[in-house]
Amino acid sequence: MERIPILRMGRFLLVTIQVDMHDQLALALQDDLTQRIVKDRAKGVLMDISSLDVVDSFIGRMISNIANMSRVLDAHTVVVGMQPAVAITLVELGLDLAGVRTALNVEKGMALLQAFEE
Amino acid sequence: MAAGDPGVVELALRSGEDVVRLRQAVRERAVAAGFSLVDQTKIVTASSELGRNTIQHGGGGQAFVAFVVAGNKRGVRLEFVDKGPGIADIALALSDGFTTAGGLGLGLSGAKRLSDEFEIESKPGEGTRVAITRWKS
Repeated sequence: MERIPILRMGRFLLVTIQVDMHDQLALALQDDLTQRIVKDRAKGVLMDISSLDVVDSFIGRMISNIANMSRVLDAHTVVVGMQPAVAITLVELGLDLAGVRTALNVEKGMALLQAFEE
Repeated sequence: MAAGDPGVVELALRSGEDVVRLRQAVRERAVAAGFSLVDQTKIVTASSELGRNTIQHGGGGQAFVAFVVAGNKRGVRLEFVDKGPGIADIALALSDGFTTAGGLGLGLSGAKRLSDEFEIESKPGEGTRVAITRWKS
């Protein structure tokens, strides 16, 4: 099974989700990210979902889980690039991504993560 | 709807990859029906929720995707069928946050919110059938 690559940028990890993930791939990403946060002593995770044109409750839960697990491991998570149609649909779905910070793009997301560091 | 009806696409739902195929098929139908991007996203998301339910709770089943026309309305109708254990308390299953699989409990209620029409038939021991319709706005 292919796995979503996780890139390291200084103290932060960057994940770009570009495929329509099936469930096992999403679960593998959760595990891989958690391990990498510990291994790399990362202070933040940037999740780029700008290519996702659908976010359902399973993926929403994956995002929440990643944010919660990072927090437990003393790292922040910022989700960037949510497509407007996805945002509208998530609200109507009733998915409340409480505690998940968002930013418009990778640049702004990085700035947010760096601000947490200060 | 039944397999063999002209214009109805039938998809087996057994694995995670089948849900990916389902989303693609629903997207194609929604685009062909002239849905706006937001309406496409809503019905594809609803299909993902219901498709996943069919696999996780129903033990696998089928999805049917069809164009529908009513007067001058055009839309897409989806049906999800399984021969699984069935739902004992439909009202409970439809309440937000109710989950029997450690999920968020938003699949059934969320799909209903994202659709213009929603039907469900289920009895313990008799499987489940869920149908949703979204009209082009």
